[in-house]
Amino acid sequence: MAEAALKQSATEARLAGLDMPQGGWSEAARRDALARVTAMGLPERRDEYWKYTRPDTLVQADPVPAALFDHSDEAPLFDGIDRLNIVFVDGVFDAEASDDLTLAGVSIERLAEASADIHWARDLYGVLEANGQKPVERPLAALNTAFAPDGVLIHVTGKAAKPVNLTYRHQSETSDAMLHHVIRVDAGAEITVLENGPAAARFNKVMEVDIADTGTFHHVRAQGRDHERRAATHIFARLGAESIFKSFTLTANGVLTRNECVLELTGDDAVAHVAGACVGDGDFHHDDTVFITHDAVNCESRQVFKKVLRNGATGVFQGKILVQPGAQKTDGYQISQSLLLDEDSQFLAKPELEIYADDVACSHGSTSGAIDEEALFYLRSRGVPEGPATDLLTLAFLAEAVEEIEDEALRDEINARLSGWLERHRS
Amino acid sequence: MLSIKNLAVKLEEEDKQILKGVDLEIEAGKVHAIMGPNGSGKSTLSYVLSGKDGYEVTGGEATLEGEDVLEMEPEERAAAGLFLAFQYPVEIPGVGNMTFLRTAVNAQRKARGEEEMSAAEFLKVVRARAKELKIDADMLKRPVNVGFSGGEKKRNEILQMAMLEPKMCILDETDSGLDVDAMKLVAEGVNALRSEGRGFLVITHYQRLLDHIKPDVVHIMADGRIVKTGGPELALEVENNGYAGILSEVA
Repeated sequence: MAEAALKQSATEARLAGLDMPQGGWSEAARRDALARVTAMGLPERRDEYWKYTRPDTLVQADPVPAALFDHSDEAPLFDGIDRLNIVFVDGVFDAEASDDLTLAGVSIERLAEASADIHWARDLYGVLEANGQKPVERPLAALNTAFAPDGVLIHVTGKAAKPVNLTYRHQSETSDAMLHHVIRVDAGAEITVLENGPAAARFNKVMEVDIADTGTFHHVRAQGRDHERRAATHIFARLGAESIFKSFTLTANGVLTRNECVLELTGDDAVAHVAGACVGDGDFHHDDTVFITHDAVNCESRQVFKKVLRNGATGVFQGKILVQPGAQKTDGYQISQSLLLDEDSQFLAKPELEIYADDVACSHGSTSGAIDEEALFYLRSRGVPEGPATDLLTLAFLAEAVEEIEDEALRDEINARLSGWLERHRS
Repeated sequence: MLSIKNLAVKLEEEDKQILKGVDLEIEAGKVHAIMGPNGSGKSTLSYVLSGKDGYEVTGGEATLEGEDVLEMEPEERAAAGLFLAFQYPVEIPGVGNMTFLRTAVNAQRKARGEEEMSAAEFLKVVRARAKELKIDADMLKRPVNVGFSGGEKKRNEILQMAMLEPKMCILDETDSGLDVDAMKLVAEGVNALRSEGRGFLVITHYQRLLDHIKPDVVHIMADGRIVKTGGPELALEVENNGYAGILSEVA
């Protein structure tokens, strides 16, 4: 069979097992998305955009079962943060475990329940995803738009009284979850969205974020530590003038994670920061794929990705800054670095700049390195044993990414989680 | 305190003998100085004693209060009371100086079965010590040695020494890269730590540091051996006649 036909049959096999939610304001968007994914076909290993990450298990009809992970004595992340918690178990909303969805400055609804014919989210649902399909196709996101049975619709009208935390629990070894969130931040409004947990054996998630002029969106996410889980996530964000978007992701463990972040800076003076810290030991594959389009004047974008890899773990970074004609005074920064703790681990990086304006400052860099032996000896000569000394240097390596989190309490939670992980994964 | 007997050391990676039988006895409360020309093995001696990789001990022994230090990991040597002030202190981006100091102090205490220092107590002590060495609050907050001047790095070494309170201090060319004022400050820091129970080994190329840190015993090292031992006057002889004169006399 020809390649195209193979791709088509794989796509059909996946689609055959899914039911599209019917009726309501989202139906048209879902049908459009289905047409998109059918035309594109789901990703396969020969696709250039999937050169470093094999999509097979993300695409196949049934998920690979994933054993549940014992988190032992560690408290769930963000438990110490005053927040509004919304819980999904294997992708299904858990009313009992969730807080009441009322919060000053914000209106929150579930996608599955927002069935009215007219809804604010209609202007965004699948719209930002569809915009993000050019110049690179992201079929898993279109698949999500078509079939995601639930998610949250968050309309931020003022300053949110506290962070909204989406907690994703994993309880079934064969769960295959899809969630689609839409967040609209009005002019001058501000919110912090937290996400944590493994979600399911296989998780496909899309988050569309539209930030109006002068709006602020903070996002801190920690992907759960279940070793065998797989996830493909997409963030599509559109930034208005003087708006702020800041997203940080911690990934510890996970046999396969692909996080795509597609940002479009459409208003002057917008600021977008996206950062990630990941730690992988053994059977671990983590892919950060970022695409930032500057389409306005005097905007700043910053990408900081740090990966600690050991025992054959693989890290991937594909990051692109596209500066459109007229997007003068763009300040673009991109750094991706890996700390390889042995010779079996690998880091694959593809940094790209494409610039069509003549008055911009863009820089990118990518490095791979080992622990600094001189620094390690210095620490040991002062009495710090090799294990803790290595941890200290590893945390120092990750610090540039973690420091992108503005809120100190959230930063502390992430650092504590990282320290705990390092301590348990010493050689 | 520190007893070195017939210590022979070669480079691990190549067939090159650096130390060819070093004998040294440093008593508690005394300051010994080792002087010698470039390549005589002075720095190798300090690295081997502190446990740096890359050297192979081919003979002899080194004990600290009777314990074989050569068998210990670097951190165990530190906890046993050995301290090396580096010739080239290492920069560690991302690790705050204060965090570094506190981690080191408490790691040693833990290794010795002592109670860890509380954050408040540590802060009080470190502030007082830092002030004596003219180390400002900013230097304590910055990452270890990053962006420090040569003098600041050396003062930071002495601050670590003051906080860790070792029994045996080895200073490897602590005067290198320092102007006179900075050297005086460092020397004052060292002199403040001189005590009955503490031994010092000051490795230096020049006599001038020994004007400020007055040694009890001076050794001349050449080609991997101690070739001459004397009082402080030996340092002056080096200053006046150079190493060539002394070495020809020994040969």
